[in-house]
Amino acid sequence: MQLFFIILGMAIVTFIPRLLPVFIMNNLKLPAWGNKWLKAIPYAALGALIFPGILTVEANLPIVGLLGGLAAILLASLKLQIIYIVFGSIGTVMLLKFFMLQ
Amino acid sequence: MDTKNSYTVNNPLNISSSIVTKRAEFLKGIKKALPIVIGYFPIAVSFGVISAQTGIPLFYTVLMSFMVYAGASQFMAANMLGMGILGFEVVFATFILNFRHFIMSMSLMNKLQHLPMLQKVPLSFGITDETFALLSMEGNDDAKDITSFFIAGVMLSAYFSWGLGTLLGGLLSMVIPASIGASMSIGLYAMFIGLLIPSVKDNYRIGILAAISGILCYIFNIYLNSGWAIVMATLVGSFIGTFIVQGE
Repeated sequence: MQLFFIILGMAIVTFIPRLLPVFIMNNLKLPAWGNKWLKAIPYAALGALIFPGILTVEANLPIVGLLGGLAAILLASLKLQIIYIVFGSIGTVMLLKFFMLQ
Repeated sequence: MDTKNSYTVNNPLNISSSIVTKRAEFLKGIKKALPIVIGYFPIAVSFGVISAQTGIPLFYTVLMSFMVYAGASQFMAANMLGMGILGFEVVFATFILNFRHFIMSMSLMNKLQHLPMLQKVPLSFGITDETFALLSMEGNDDAKDITSFFIAGVMLSAYFSWGLGTLLGGLLSMVIPASIGASMSIGLYAMFIGLLIPSVKDNYRIGILAAISGILCYIFNIYLNSGWAIVMATLVGSFIGTFIVQGE
C-alpha cells in the first residue's frame, strides 16, 4: 500500500509539469522575443539531450557512444528516414562493442 | 477542429470523410512514432527486469510505467526503493528529474495553440523527451497542420511500447538479462540526431545553438543532477540561441 502511494506521488509530480503549460499557454500572446525563445527551446533541448548523455551508451568506453552518434550524423546527412538512422547507429554500436569489448 | 479539408471537395459526406481523415492522421502518428517505439521497448524491458529483481511486485512495476511514464525517474525510483528508501525522497527526486518536461511542454503548447484545450489536457500526459523532440520538428512551416489525432497516434504508440515492454520485462525477469537495453540506448540518441540534422542543414546556426547547449549541459552535469542540467542547459542555450539564430 505504501508502494502505491509512492507511485501515485511520483505520477502526480510528473504530470503537473507536463500539464500546467496547457493552461499557461492558452491564448497567450507572447512578445516577439518570448516566441523566439520558445521556438529555440527544441534545438537547445536536443543538444542537451544528446550530449553528454551519448557518452554513457557504453559507460566504460565513451568513444562507443560518440562513434554511434557520428554514424547517426552521417546517415542523417544522407537524408535517410529516421528509422534507418536508428538501425544504422544501433548496428554500429553493436559492432564496436563486439570488437572493442572482448 | 477544421475537419473541412480537401476531402470534402470530392466527398459530400462530411461526417465520414472527417472520420477517414482522423483515422489517417492517427495512423500517420503511429507510423511516425516507430523510432520511439523501437527505442523504448528494450529500455522498458530492462526496467521491468531491474524492477522485478529489486523486489518490486510485477503489478506495481507495470503500474509505475503506466502512471508515471518517465524512464529515467523510474530507474532511479526502482534503485531507491531497492535500497529501502520508502518515502517522500523518491517522490521529490522524481519531481526534480522530470521537471524538464515543464520547459518542453511550454514550448510545445505554445506551438499547439490552435488545438482545443480539452484535447491538450490528455495529450500533455504523453510528453516525454522523445515525443517532444519528434513533435517539435513536425510541421515547422505551418504548425496548424498538426492535428490532435496525429499527436495521439504518436503518444499512444510510445506509451504502450513503454508499458508493454515493462510488462514483458517483469514477466521474463528470470530469463532475460537486465543489460538488454544497453546496446539499444544509442537508438534514441540516433533519433535525436536524426531530428536535429535536417534543421542544421537548413540553417547551420541551429547546429551552433545545439552544440552550445550540449556543452552547457556537460558543464552543468558536473554540479547538478542530469534532470536539472538538461533544464538549465535548455533554458540558457535557447536564450543564447535567440541571438545566434536570426530570421523567422
